[in-house]
This record gives sequence, structure tokens and C-alpha cells, in this order.
Amino acid sequence: MGIEAVGISKRFGDFVALESVDLHVETGRLTALLGPSGGGKSTLLRIIGGLDDPDEGSVHIDGLEATGVPPQRRNVGFVFQHYAAFKHLSVYRNVAFGLEIRKRPKAEIRQRVHELLELVHLEQFADRLPSQLSGGQRQRMALARALAVQPRVLLLDEPFGALDTMVRKELRDWLRRLHDEMHVTTVFVTHDQEEALEVSDELVVINHGRIEQVGTPTELYDNPDNEFVMGFLGPVTRLGPQLVRPHDIEVFLTPEPGAVEASVTRLQRIGFEVRAELATPDSTPWVQLNRGQAEALKLQVGARVWLRAARDASTLRAAG
Amino acid sequence: MTLAQTPPVAAAARGHHDTGERVRLTPTAGVSLGVAVIWLSVLVLLPLAAVVARGTGHGWNEFWHVVSSRGALDAIRLTVISSLIVAVVNAAMGTLIAWVLVRDRFFGRRLLEIAIDIPFALPTIVAGLVMLTLYGKGGPLGLDLYATRPGVVLALLFVTLPFVVRTVQPVLMALDRDVEEAAASLGAGPLVVFRRVVLPSITPAIASGAALAFGRAMGEYGSVILIAGGLPRTTVASQYVYGQIQDGYLADAASVSTVLLVISIVVLSSLGIFHRRQVRRG
Repeated sequence: MGIEAVGISKRFGDFVALESVDLHVETGRLTALLGPSGGGKSTLLRIIGGLDDPDEGSVHIDGLEATGVPPQRRNVGFVFQHYAAFKHLSVYRNVAFGLEIRKRPKAEIRQRVHELLELVHLEQFADRLPSQLSGGQRQRMALARALAVQPRVLLLDEPFGALDTMVRKELRDWLRRLHDEMHVTTVFVTHDQEEALEVSDELVVINHGRIEQVGTPTELYDNPDNEFVMGFLGPVTRLGPQLVRPHDIEVFLTPEPGAVEASVTRLQRIGFEVRAELATPDSTPWVQLNRGQAEALKLQVGARVWLRAARDASTLRAAG
Repeated sequence: MTLAQTPPVAAAARGHHDTGERVRLTPTAGVSLGVAVIWLSVLVLLPLAAVVARGTGHGWNEFWHVVSSRGALDAIRLTVISSLIVAVVNAAMGTLIAWVLVRDRFFGRRLLEIAIDIPFALPTIVAGLVMLTLYGKGGPLGLDLYATRPGVVLALLFVTLPFVVRTVQPVLMALDRDVEEAAASLGAGPLVVFRRVVLPSITPAIASGAALAFGRAMGEYGSVILIAGGLPRTTVASQYVYGQIQDGYLADAASVSTVLLVISIVVLSSLGIFHRRQVRRG
């Protein structure tokens, strides 16, 4: 059940967007497709939604064959980065669109649309045109419009990509809460790792048309399979032959077992965070400390320290 | 000639929304407004006023007598009805052609793109000759539209083809495809998507294109006269007016022209109102 995409390949001319990708999304989960732009994640989402056809492979939604089925018969809700509002229709009519097409009774439409507008906090804007709304409001309208038809899955393509940071953060929290209330199977595409880590139940990291790793945000952050996943989900630095997160490096003022000697080359304070750049004989790692730690160590440029990856730190062997 | 009537009509209609408040113009705005008004006056308003003055100069009785004559009425009726048909057919076919040009990728698209403008580039009398040769008596297609009303409409369709295509095309190109995809994912089939999402966005462009086509058809002369053949039942207004000028009835020609002018203003401004209503909604 949920979404089952098997062996999906898609090319645009010479460009390989997806290469035999298998994706399984469980019913009721909130799954993020995360990756750099051009990596194929949007293409995969569009294939699930029927907006693009795969060259190879099949898609099943809730156990039903969806491959080759046009979007209007898939019963999926799709939310676009740039809202895709029906500019000539009021907010109310935008949300009612799917229900009107399904020829539902007027009274039912009215009730359902008002419920949804309340859910997305747009009740008082029902008679406005989309052009009279802010970006965040337009995206909430688009979400209400997609939810109106009670889709089997909700697909969001970079839904917060066009919004400014504040609104983005607010909408992100709100999407999470909404999902906890509605439990509709949701897949959303993002290139923002923070957004993906914060919102999703499950993360699918996609790069160069392939799935790099699938897991919960914690699993992926703590146990990345490869350098790409590790680097994409958070900061990485190199300590000797190891790749390690900069906040997972222990700093000592005296030699310790397993620690390598290093000298501080640069100190930078960013709010509460202190970044120390160092040099060991074979690498130039940087360490992330909080202010208290930095002060306790009395770190100064030129100081001699010993570095070691923390015992429970996730590390990878650096390639080359 | 008739084509040039569009701007002042639209401008005049727009001006009536003023609240009566006095607005102070910046020097630049003042100069550009002044130049625009003088330009329009010299090119459009003065000649039109002269036509109206000449046409109604003999008093209403004489005016009425001239324009209600059998020949004048027939010519005006044929011209107005043909022009309306031309506007409607163009609205449909022009939109279809614009759609094909924007949305489909096919061999020869570039060629078609150039072919659209040929009716503008061709001298109208040449167009008329081509029409006569192809669709007249003994033409290669076996149709004989010489001296028939369908022949007149066909010639008018030819010269007015580019208007709707060229007004709708850029609007179609600027449409966001994701809006159509959103409609499809909400359950709308291709026809419903077109009717409920695409059409509302391009209707203002279709209306302006159709208005231009109507205006041009009302005044068209060169391309029509050959295939119309000069019989009374296929005489268009411009031909009728020309005939009267040749016979020395200048005032009568001006009277008929005045009627054409009034009809054009009524049709164009009603299309303009429709256009603005759409723009306000969109």
C-alpha cells in the first residue's frame, strides 16, 4: 500500500533524469525527497502524479496500477512551487475547483470549502482573488485546493521554495501539524536539508538520478552510507583519514590516546557558535564549539591542541 | 483606414472612468500626452470629423434619404454581417492556429509562423487576384465563389487571419503550464482544462484580435473587389462608397461612411468593455 514505484527511468534527450529508481512510500507517512537541483527528485514526483510519464518502470498508488493513467484520474493532490493559482477565480472558487468538476452538490461544496479555508486560515479571504494574497497565503490556498478532493496522496514540489525564510519556517511547522491531523500520505520535494530533517518521517536522498539512501532523518544524519549523504545532510570536515561532523570532534589541551596534535589557525564567532579552524600534519579540519566550550579551552590562534572524533560520532573513511 | 479607428475608441472609453478630480501632470507626461493627442488628431480625429461633417452637412433628411437607399443599405448590411462572421471565425481559427504554433512541435512550424503574416505583407489587390484565381470560376479547387457572398467572406478571412493569431500567441506563450497541470491533477480532462483555465486567460487577447479583424474587414477594399465581381448583391460598403465618389456624389459617400463609422465604434467599444471586464477579473 502507499506508493510503489519500481524501476523508474526517465530521460530528457541525452540527460538521464532517473535511472531505475525504486521508491516505496508507506501510507500515512510524510516523506521528503531531498537532493540537489537537477538530481531527479522533481521528475520522480511528477511521475508519481502523472504529470510526466516514465520511460520505464511502473507506479502503483494504494495497490492500484497508476502507470499511464492521466493525472485527472489518479486522485492525487499536487502543490507547485509557484502556487499555480487560477488567477481568474476567487479563493473560494479555486478551492472548490476539484469538487465542481466532480459535480458535487452545491451545499456539500460550500461546506467542504469552508472547512478547508478554516483549516488553512483563509476564511476571511474567500472572496479575494489570488493576486490579492501574499505568497504564503497563496500556497495555503493551493494546499486547500489539493486537499479538497480528498486525494489518496498529496504531492508537493518545492512547496516553500518561493517564500522568504520566515514564512517558510512557519509554513513548514504548519505542514507538519496538518499532516499529524490528516494523515494523508504525503511526498514533498525539497533541496533544503534543514526543511527535510525537520518535517519528514522519512527521507529519500536523490542525486544524479539515483536514490543514495532512505531512512528516518536521525538514521540518515547519524549513519550516512556515503560521503554525499553525509555532506548533504550537514556540515562535514576531514580529520586525518576520517570524515566527521565538526561538532563531533573533541578538543583537548593535553595529549590523549587516539588524539592528533593540531594548531589553531583561525577563530570565528557566529552568535553562540565558535568555529575553530585547525591544522594537523595531514588535514585542516574545523571544529564547531559553543561559546562556553571555547572559553573553557581558552582557545587562541596559534594554540596547540589535540583532536579526536567523539566516541559515538558518525564517521566515514575519506575517499582518497 | 478603419483599422486606425481602434485606438481613439478605446482611449475615449477608458477616459470616462475619471472621477473628475484634477490630476497634475508631470512635464514629461504633459509633453507625451500633448504629442499623442496632436498625432491622433491629425491622423485620425480630424479626417473622421471631416467625413462626419461632410456626410451630415445637408441635414438629416438628406442624410437619411442617402443611407436608407436600397444600394447603401445592402452594402452596409453585407459589410457588417460579413465582418461579424469574419470576427467570429477568426476568434476560433486564430486561437486554434496560435495554440498549434505555441504548443506543438512539428516539422514546418517555422514556415507556418512566417506564412501567418503573408496576408499582411501581400498587396491586397494581389490577394484578391489570388483568391479569384483559386476560388473563382474554373479554379483548380472546383469551387466557384465568384460574385458570391461566401467569396466576399473568404477574401476578408484571408486578409484578417493574422490578427487573432498574433494577439493570442504571446499570451499563450506566457501562460504557466503548472496551472494547467494543477487543474488536471484536480480531475479536469484536457477539454475542461482548456475551457475553465486556459480560455479565461486568453479571452481578452481573442477579443482584441477579433476587434482588429472586425475593423479591418469593415474597411477592406482591395482584396474583396475582384472576387465580389461588382454585382449589387455582393457590393461591400467600401466599394459602394468608391463608386459614389467616382460618380461625383461625394456627400453621399461621406454619409454612408458616417454610418460605417458609427457601427464600428459601437462594435469596437462593446468588445472593449468585454475586454476590460475580463482583464479586471484576471
